[in-house]
Amino acid sequence: MTTTTTTSSTRVIRDYDRPLWRRVFVNREFAIIALLVLVTIVAAVSIRGFAQPITANYLLLDVAPILLIALPMTLVMITGEIDLSVGSMVGLASVVTGVLTESGAPFEVAALAALLVGVVGGAFNGFLVTIVGLPSLAVTIGTLALFRGLAVGLLGTTAVTDFPETWTALAKAKIAGTTIPYIVIPFLILLVLFVVLLHFTPFGRGVFAIGLSKDAARFSGVNVERTKFILFVLSGVVAAFAGIFYTLRFGSARGDNATGLELQVIAAVVLGGVSVFGGRGHLHGVVAAVLLIGVLGSSLRLAGVTSDVINIITGGLLIFSVVAASVLAWAQRARAKAGPPLRVAASPAP
Amino acid sequence: MSLTTAPAAAAPAIAKKPGGIGRAREFGILAALVLVVIAATVKNPAFLFSADGWRDLLLTPSILMLVAVGQAIVIITRNVDLSVGSVMGLTAYLTGRLFVDVPGIPIVVVVIAAVLLGAFLGLVNGALVAFAKVPAMVITLGTLYAYRGINVLWTGSDRINASDMPKDFLGLGTQQILFIPVLSIIAVIVLALAAWYLRNTRGGREYYAIGSDPSAAELYGLKVTRRVLSAFILSGALAGLAGVFYAARYGSISSQAGSGWELDAVGAAVIGGIAITGGVGTVWGAAIGAMLLMTINRALPILGIPDFWQRAVVGVLIIGAIVLDRVLAVRQRRQLIEARDES
Repeated sequence: MTTTTTTSSTRVIRDYDRPLWRRVFVNREFAIIALLVLVTIVAAVSIRGFAQPITANYLLLDVAPILLIALPMTLVMITGEIDLSVGSMVGLASVVTGVLTESGAPFEVAALAALLVGVVGGAFNGFLVTIVGLPSLAVTIGTLALFRGLAVGLLGTTAVTDFPETWTALAKAKIAGTTIPYIVIPFLILLVLFVVLLHFTPFGRGVFAIGLSKDAARFSGVNVERTKFILFVLSGVVAAFAGIFYTLRFGSARGDNATGLELQVIAAVVLGGVSVFGGRGHLHGVVAAVLLIGVLGSSLRLAGVTSDVINIITGGLLIFSVVAASVLAWAQRARAKAGPPLRVAASPAP
Repeated sequence: MSLTTAPAAAAPAIAKKPGGIGRAREFGILAALVLVVIAATVKNPAFLFSADGWRDLLLTPSILMLVAVGQAIVIITRNVDLSVGSVMGLTAYLTGRLFVDVPGIPIVVVVIAAVLLGAFLGLVNGALVAFAKVPAMVITLGTLYAYRGINVLWTGSDRINASDMPKDFLGLGTQQILFIPVLSIIAVIVLALAAWYLRNTRGGREYYAIGSDPSAAELYGLKVTRRVLSAFILSGALAGLAGVFYAARYGSISSQAGSGWELDAVGAAVIGGIAITGGVGTVWGAAIGAMLLMTINRALPILGIPDFWQRAVVGVLIIGAIVLDRVLAVRQRRQLIEARDES
C-alpha cells in the first residue's frame, strides 16, 4: 500500500531547534485550522443563511459520526495501520440496535449489545492484525465486507424505524438555549480522552513510536501488539457508538446505513495531517479537517452547489494537501542543498 | 532513503518455489470456484446447463475480471488504485454519451476513446503518485471522489438507456461465439496478455522487483517512477475497457455506475493471492478471485442462502484467503530456514 522510497519527503522530522513560534504556527495542523477559519469567515460573509445559529446544528449533526470515528482512526493510522471496516461497523451496530429493539428488548440493552458487537468486531480485526500478523489493509477490507454482510443479512432490505421517542429526540435535541446538539458532549468527552491518551501518556508515545519504527518501539519496551490490539478495539467500539447515534438521528436502522463512511473518515484524517506511513499526526488537525469538510459542504450546499461539486472539492483538497506537503519538503531540500546547511542537526540527510 | 519501515513490511516476500506452493495457491481458489459451481448446479441444473445460466456464469465476472487484473498489477508494485470504480463510471458514461451525440460512430472508435480516457485518468493517478511521492492510497482516495464528482457533474440526473445505444453494441454484451460470450473472450485475451507480460518479460518482472523492495529496485537502477506510472495507466485503461463492457452488458448508465467496485477489485485481487504488501501473486489468481466473487453472488440464492448474506461470505473468503497466504508464507520460511541449516 505504501511506497517506502518516499518516507524522506513525507515523514517530517520534528526539529526542536526551530523557534517556538515557528513550531506552533508553521505546520500542517495550523494550516488546516487557518483554512477552516478562513472558509468559515468567507462563508459567513458571502453566503446567505450560513451565519445562522441553526447552521451549527445541522453541520454538527452531519459530521458527528465522522468526528467520532476519526478520533480512534487517527491513533490507528499513526501506528501505520488502517481500519477500513468502520463504515460497516456503523451499519452493523445500527442493525443490532434495531433488531434487538424490535424483538422487545429495552433500547438501553440493545445499545449496550451494539457496543459489545463493536468491541468484538474491533478485537477480531486486532486479533488478525497483531496475532496472526496480517496487513491491516487486507484484513479490514475483509471485515468491511463481513460486517456489512452480517448487517444486511440480519435485516435484509427492511428497516427498523420504531425507536423510543425519548432517545430519537435526544439525538437531535439542542443543548438548552443554543443550537448545539447534544452529541457534542460525548464527542468532547471522547476528544479529551483521546487527546490525553495520545499526547500525554506513555501509551500515546508508544503509538507514535510504533509508527516511526516498529522494531525500535519494541526494543524500547513498547508492547506493539497490545497497543495495536487496543486501538482496533477502540476503533470498533467508537464506530458502534457512532452507529447507535446514526440510527437514532435518522430514526431508522438499515443494513446499508453509512455505506462508504470509511473513505470519508480516512480522507478527513489524512487531510488533518496524519501520515499514512504512520508516526505523525495530531488530533486537533484531524478535528479541524473534519469541520473544514463539513463547513465547505454545508456552505456550498446553501449556496446551491450540488453535492457532486462538493465531492470534487473534497477529493481535490485531499490531493492538494498531500501534494503541497511534498512540494514544500522538496523545496526545503532544494534550498538546504543550495545554501549553507541550515538545520543539520535536526534533519537527517535524505 | 529511510530504512525504518522497509524490512518489516517486506518480510513475507520470499520467492516461491516454481511450480510448488506458488501454483497451489491459484489452484486452491480455482477448486473453491469449481466447488461452488458444482454445488449450485447440483441444486439447480439451470445454473450451468441453460443458455442464460452458462452465459451469466462467464459474462458477469468478465467486467470485474478486467478491473481486478489492472488492480493486481498496481498492487504488485506495492501501490493500490482505489479510483477504478469512478474511472469505470466515467468511461461507461462516455461510451453512452458518444453513441447519443455522434450518431453512427463506429464501435471501435468508442472503445478506443473509453480506453484512452481510462488510461488518461490512470496517468493522472500515476503521475501524482510517482512524481509527488505521495502514497497511492491517499491519491487514489482523492481521485475516487474527484472522478466521481466529475462524473455526477457531467451526468447530472441523466441516465443513458439501452434504447440510446446501437443494437450492434448492445449485442456485444450478449453475443456468443461457439457458446462463449464475446466479452468473456476479450477479457480472457487481455488476461492472457497481461499474464504473459508479467511472467515472461523484463518489464513484467520489474513490477515484482519494485513491489518486493522499492528501495532496492531503485538502487539496482530500475526506472521505478516510469514503471509505477505505467502500472497506473494500465489499471486505468483496463477500468476504461471495463466501463465499455458495463455499458454493453447493462445498457443503462447512471452517474453511480461502478461505485463501490474499487473494493470488489481489491477484494478479488486479495482473494486471488495478490499480497497487499506487493511483489507476490499472478493476474490469473486475481481473475479467478473475481470469478469467485461474482459466482458466489449468483450461487447463494440457489444454494438456499438469501443473497443478503453474499457480502458476509465474501468477507469470510477474503479473510480466509489472506490467512491461508500467511500460513503458507510462514511454513515456507520455516522450510527455507531448515534447508539452509541442513546445507
